[in-house]
Amino acid sequence: MTGLPAPSPQRRLLPVLGQIALGLGTLAITLLGLLLITFVIARIVPTDPVLSIVGERATPAQIAAIREKLGLDLPLWQQFLIYVRDAVQGDLGRSIRTGQSVTAEIARYFPATLELATLGTIFGTLVGVPAGVLAATRPGSIADQIVRVVGLMGYSMPVFWLGLIGLLVFYGQLDWVAGPGRLDPVYDMMMQFTLTSYTGMILVDAALNGAWDVFANAVSHIVLPAGLLGYVSMAYISRMTRSFMMNELGQEYITTARIKGMPEWRVIWVHAMKNVAVPLITVIALSYAYLLEGSVLTETIFAWPGLGSYITDALFAADMPAVLGGTVVVGVAFVTLNMASDILYRLVDPRARA
Amino acid sequence: MTALRAWLSDPNPASRRQARLGQAWLAWQRIRRNRLAMAGLVIVGLLLLVAAFAPLIAPHDPLTQDLSRRLLPPGTPGNLLGTDDFGRDILSRIIFGARITLYIIALVAVTAPVLGLLIGTVAGYFGGWVDATLMRLTDIFLAFPRLILALALVAVLGPGIENAVLAIALTAWPPYARVARAETLTVRSSDYIAAIRLQGASSPRIIAGHVVPMCLPSVIIRVTLDMAGVILIAAGLGFLGLGVLPPTPEWGLMISSGRKFLFEQWWVATMPGLAIFIVSLGFNLLGDGLRDVLDPRSASR
Repeated sequence: MTGLPAPSPQRRLLPVLGQIALGLGTLAITLLGLLLITFVIARIVPTDPVLSIVGERATPAQIAAIREKLGLDLPLWQQFLIYVRDAVQGDLGRSIRTGQSVTAEIARYFPATLELATLGTIFGTLVGVPAGVLAATRPGSIADQIVRVVGLMGYSMPVFWLGLIGLLVFYGQLDWVAGPGRLDPVYDMMMQFTLTSYTGMILVDAALNGAWDVFANAVSHIVLPAGLLGYVSMAYISRMTRSFMMNELGQEYITTARIKGMPEWRVIWVHAMKNVAVPLITVIALSYAYLLEGSVLTETIFAWPGLGSYITDALFAADMPAVLGGTVVVGVAFVTLNMASDILYRLVDPRARA
Repeated sequence: MTALRAWLSDPNPASRRQARLGQAWLAWQRIRRNRLAMAGLVIVGLLLLVAAFAPLIAPHDPLTQDLSRRLLPPGTPGNLLGTDDFGRDILSRIIFGARITLYIIALVAVTAPVLGLLIGTVAGYFGGWVDATLMRLTDIFLAFPRLILALALVAVLGPGIENAVLAIALTAWPPYARVARAETLTVRSSDYIAAIRLQGASSPRIIAGHVVPMCLPSVIIRVTLDMAGVILIAAGLGFLGLGVLPPTPEWGLMISSGRKFLFEQWWVATMPGLAIFIVSLGFNLLGDGLRDVLDPRSASR
């Protein structure tokens, strides 16, 4: 590259666009693979989807008719193509329990999970980043040890058990927060019948409606599960922040800034943070994706009507289309978040473009 | 003893065995100084002992029911951690549960890393389209959230301990493949590999005999760190009723059965969770320490 004139802004942007295109191609292949795996899982199910529709006493002719209607008489590769075509159009099949479209059902359950995971990530970031910075600036100190041990504990605790203990202490004993569910029954009725639903996320909807009593009740319900998920993501975020920050503080530009007499807070929060922020975006996106998954067990504990509850309920009803539909949705969210953070990374950090 | 120590720390080892043992001795010295890692080692060691000698340690049979002694609080004479809703001794059930936990993690630890090593080294060694295909496959499995994929697999395979292990192993191999591939890429072009190849060694032989050993340290660290996650996922499956079947004293299942009377008899759900927490913390501490000691890249931090 020596001897070339400095690239114009356009030339600098072009490789990024190329990489984004490449990234989208990879995304498409990954999503296709995801669908292939769920398709294979659906094919090895021991329960025959036809029998669960027509019942045990159907005549062979009826069974054949249903098979044809469901496309089960086609060769496997054709079935897979149809499955992919439907999925791309947003059709994940019909739930065996309710006979309704899985996509429509998931759309109803998803906002509750999104609300929980978002709040959890916000908690985790607000606590985890300063904790990690604190630990990195005083390595080996008591503060560092505390952050490390608290983080390791977060890695080691079964989230469902922590949820039960949280309920036992903060709801059962201290009565500081509301119990399981998203709202008390009274407010739930209000939410359903008198208020307009914009997003399905109760905190947002209640605020938009100006129904502050509903909002307060929702806060009292969400604080415990969101705090719990926040702790789990805090464990991860604080650990990574510490490691990134320590790496950065050993660089020469930090020494230069200190020698210049720059106040320490400015060295850390402005100069070092600028470089730490880039990989941290990826970490936060990953922990967000992880919380979407972590919600499966948390939602069971807190009777939270989200995607996790939807999947586990479907599991026990042997409702495979619903289980796999939920799996696909979480997988897609996972992959998309990863890819988005990757692209953001490249846009923000010029070094990653090479 | 001092002669042995001098032999181990000899800077000019006379034999290959002495050099290897000396290396191990030095690593052990470094681990011993790391207090948290030692705590982890003690916990993992205790788990092994408890699982091995469960029938000797446990004060009661884990399955015998005694309905006249149900839901006794911790500290009751004869039932140190109390009893559950069938009057079974919780401590004994936790002790026998250590066997189930160990069984699950041992099975996962011998399957997932082997699969990951195979895929990772083959991909890294051959490169080109083999690498591209295998790594794409790895990425697809990595893209799946682990617990949810395990749930879907168990839903298809049916509940049971072997199926839970299979589901966990199928979701656990991709990170090993990544690590193994990265290590393979760094050794692939080294002179000693070229020398063996010139001697006419076949690719499987080179991979198995000369590439895999180079990947082992990083894989072992990952296994240790990963075991904590495996314990949590196994407990989660058990909690949801997708792991082992009821009378078996599995920790996750015990929490789920204690959930019904959480507010009245808190100990039934709390005690097994404490066991899960301690064991998984032990593996995390040990893995963390091992990484500091064996991985020179992170040791500098």
